[in-house]
Amino acid sequence: MEKLLRVLGRWGLSVVRTMGRMIIFLAESLYLIFSPPFKFNLLLRQIRFFGTKSLVVILLTGAFTGMVLAIQLFYTLRKFGSDALLGPAVALSLIRELGPVLSALMVTGRAGSSLTAEIGIMRISEQIDVLTTMALNPLRYLSVPNIVAGIIVFPLLAAIYDVIGIYGGYVVGVKLLGLSSGTYFSQMENFLDMSDIRMGIYKSVSFGIIVSWVSCYKGYHTDETGYGAEGVSKATTEAVVMSSVLILVWDYFLGSVLL
Amino acid sequence: MIEIIDLEKSFNGQEVLKGINLTILDREVVAIIGESGGGKSVLLKHLIGILKPDKGKILVDGVDITKVGRRELDRIRDRFGVVFQGSALFDSMTIFENVAFPLNEKTKLGKNEIQGKALRALEDVGLKGIENKYPSEISGGMKRRVALARALVIGPDTIFFDEPTTGLDPIILHSIHRLIIDTHVKYNFTGIIISHEIPEIFDVADKVAMLYQGTIVAAGTPEEIRKNSNPVVKQFTSSCRDELTKSLS
Repeated sequence: MEKLLRVLGRWGLSVVRTMGRMIIFLAESLYLIFSPPFKFNLLLRQIRFFGTKSLVVILLTGAFTGMVLAIQLFYTLRKFGSDALLGPAVALSLIRELGPVLSALMVTGRAGSSLTAEIGIMRISEQIDVLTTMALNPLRYLSVPNIVAGIIVFPLLAAIYDVIGIYGGYVVGVKLLGLSSGTYFSQMENFLDMSDIRMGIYKSVSFGIIVSWVSCYKGYHTDETGYGAEGVSKATTEAVVMSSVLILVWDYFLGSVLL
Repeated sequence: MIEIIDLEKSFNGQEVLKGINLTILDREVVAIIGESGGGKSVLLKHLIGILKPDKGKILVDGVDITKVGRRELDRIRDRFGVVFQGSALFDSMTIFENVAFPLNEKTKLGKNEIQGKALRALEDVGLKGIENKYPSEISGGMKRRVALARALVIGPDTIFFDEPTTGLDPIILHSIHRLIIDTHVKYNFTGIIISHEIPEIFDVADKVAMLYQGTIVAAGTPEEIRKNSNPVVKQFTSSCRDELTKSLS
């Protein structure tokens, strides 16, 4: 019994310690966002890394999410004689929920993992130590541009995801299932308002911070996860898992607060 | 001047440094030798402020770097250059960008001036015409030279070398040692070299300190270390010599 308590205590302490360090990491990064010198070139590079390079996967998943949504919702709504509401149902689901969440999960898989691996390799090959010994704050180069890029790019990607998804739903609902084009779009105007779009934006911005923060932190502390290549691979997996779980937990929390 | 006083460090209860005492005078080249895993790199990481000791002091010109805040430590680090074991070049940058990086980040020099200084530093380490290559496109020996050029380019007072010749063949090893001697003459820095290249390092260093089981067991000129009667020092220097003879034969 005593042994079990000791193990639990040790685990609890390590969780609290990690959480504390993660919060300090984020706080320092957020402080550095507003303290010069600003690294605009790095920011542009990371916007391209998070945004432009994720575009294909966002377009593909967005289109198919909209199509699946339309096909499922159409048959459900028809049972209640409400198939005319397909447009708003697709749009609301995407804008309030699925667009921000799924696009964030996609970017986590594509960009978050490679960001952790890149920073992790910099850690084990002592490139981060080089910055430290040059009296430069590594967070300014590694974390700040990614967090700012996340804040800028995630809402934009979610918006693209929403638009493509709505058109995916249009293809299925109007072209395949025979709903009229006017019904699909006009009902959307009646049911959607600015608060829905705002909710999507809030979510995306917070997901941008979560993904870039967790990915950078895990890469930065790769040496604590394990040794060498194994450490990098473990850190990458942990970053993806933790980011994905946090996205869903935060989504629920934010959803229940903002609803 | 750098003074290490009673430096102690443990990891998970295992003592790695057990009271290190060593003084490094300005402009001298000191080699810290010892067996692999003996704490040499841990000692170096303390000297450059990456690790904090459990006990003891490291005085850089009288300032204890184990006690100062980040800003003060950064001010001291501005006078340091470090050549890491694996070169630690930024692999997403070209050779030129790597060497110019400290100038771009730490100085307000113009583009032309930075270009001139970076190319001159590369020339000083015997590299010309590889500015546009990436670290993955050059050999291990060249990487060490680039790392030295990057350390030299801001004109530091002290350069730390963490096993600068590990994994290099004997010819390249000698050329890197020659380069350290030549650049030391030209740039007049204090050099601290972590190494286990015996006896080659004796030709480079003004002073040699041997680290064994967490303490400095001998320190003196290369000649004094060669003649040292401490059995540990004798065994280490002779076994390294034997290994070298074996590898050459």
